[in-house]
Amino acid sequence: MSVEVKGLTKYYGEQAALKNISFEVKKGEVLGFLGPNGAGKTTTMKILTCFLTQTSGSASVCGFDVEKDPLQVKKQIGYLPEGNPLYKDMYIKEYLHFVGSIYKVPHLAKRVDEMIQKTGLTPERNKLIGQLSKGYKQRVGLAQAMIHDPQVLILDEPTSGLDPNQLVEIRNLIKELGQEKTIIFSTHIMQEVQAICDRVVIINKGQIVADDSIETLREKVKGFRILFVEFAETVDIARLKALNGIKKVESAGRNKFSIYCDSDKDSRPIVAKFASENALTLLEIRTEMSSVEDVFQKLTQGKN
Amino acid sequence: MRSIFLKEINSFFSSLIGYLVIGGFLLLLGLMLWIFPDNSILESKFASLDELFNVAPLVLMFLIPAITMRSFAEENQSGTIELLITKPVADWQIILAKFFACLTLVVIAILPTIVYYISIYMLGSPPGNLDSGAIMGSYIGLIFLGSCFVAIGIFSSSLTKNQIVAFIIATFLCFLFQGAFNYTSRIQMFVGTLDDLIQSLGIDFHYGSISRGLVDTRDVIYFLSLSGFFLFLTLLMVERRKW
Repeated sequence: MSVEVKGLTKYYGEQAALKNISFEVKKGEVLGFLGPNGAGKTTTMKILTCFLTQTSGSASVCGFDVEKDPLQVKKQIGYLPEGNPLYKDMYIKEYLHFVGSIYKVPHLAKRVDEMIQKTGLTPERNKLIGQLSKGYKQRVGLAQAMIHDPQVLILDEPTSGLDPNQLVEIRNLIKELGQEKTIIFSTHIMQEVQAICDRVVIINKGQIVADDSIETLREKVKGFRILFVEFAETVDIARLKALNGIKKVESAGRNKFSIYCDSDKDSRPIVAKFASENALTLLEIRTEMSSVEDVFQKLTQGKN
Repeated sequence: MRSIFLKEINSFFSSLIGYLVIGGFLLLLGLMLWIFPDNSILESKFASLDELFNVAPLVLMFLIPAITMRSFAEENQSGTIELLITKPVADWQIILAKFFACLTLVVIAILPTIVYYISIYMLGSPPGNLDSGAIMGSYIGLIFLGSCFVAIGIFSSSLTKNQIVAFIIATFLCFLFQGAFNYTSRIQMFVGTLDDLIQSLGIDFHYGSISRGLVDTRDVIYFLSLSGFFLFLTLLMVERRKW
């Protein structure tokens, strides 16, 4: 096991941030850590990286306990903290060199160049960190996390605040890294989890509400099926609602509707019949799988 | 620890801070010792550097907090402290690295004043007619005093995210330890009873005694333990995140 968390509990004063959470991450696995803001994601990561200490329970990384052997744990981990703090008055190379020298990385100059290339920093490599755009700063953050070739990467919201192109690039980078490394990363963005992760842990109010692969998770939550329908003509939403076996109808744009129906029934014939009976032109009809987003909402909102 | 030390030193000299501190220190001292008539060495009848060692603590009282105010406050502010702590170094190593980096800068600022020593040495009549032993002692005392101020400054910086707050707290604490004990001991109710004890808590007392050229272990122990005490408090502050 690369990362093992057992009965981890953390109190900030009176307030419980984590309540007895346990999970494991196997070597080479990419784990998505999901949860609404304030759920305890960052706290868990801070405990794993020995920045905070837990109130009770235990956590270990590559077999080293975070409380008993913090220096060994820190050596195994590459960490990108939340908000990606950086020394803005240092040059990229200088900074990577500094971080590498703390880890006593051999052949450091070569390694720094390698990381700059790998994270796509080459065009900016002679700049001050403070002058970089957010996307490039994020790359510097990733580069410093990986400079010592760690076993485990812990990335706290690595894609927050990036533009769509940068998002895709950083995701690809994480995906590529995930082939050889154990990665735990947190995010709010659900598509990201679908795109990168092998497994998802969803945490809400300090408790784990789900720990599964994405497919099983979807199966579990799927209580309904969504039909996406588009007509050429204007249709009154109330008439759609009145149809047999339909739970809920939402407008999804001009003459477009999302129709929620029971998962065990196929409602497509009903909608098609409705169209032909009313002389409507049906432009599109398709079944949408319930997305990870739905799963997330169901798990984290249902228990309020 | 070595990498953090080097990084800190680099950050002094890649920004203006290092040059400002050294330049400011030497400029102030130069003006006071050679130009302003009140305590000018040239106006005095003796070949002595006493004025240097009277004025330097006052200048350091403001300069050292200016050097140390960034050390933790800036890292707390920008969150980079988390980066540093999650690297495989112990908390005390981070603190010591920062302490020695600041102290090195102070020593670099003090070193050029040896030129003053050489000048006075030559100006004496006959040349060399000055108490070199006392001057050696005073330099040692000044560096010890600097180390106490640096420890105080680093501690103040670890208390806050705000560099200005750190600067003010540090200046106040430096003043307290430098002079306030001395003044307190002269309050009527202490005279003849506790005055010696109170006086010996202050830096001034031990600095004065070491300046006479006699490096007494008691003074050395005082300086080391005062620095150590504040570094220990810093460690507590850095580890408060775990409470």
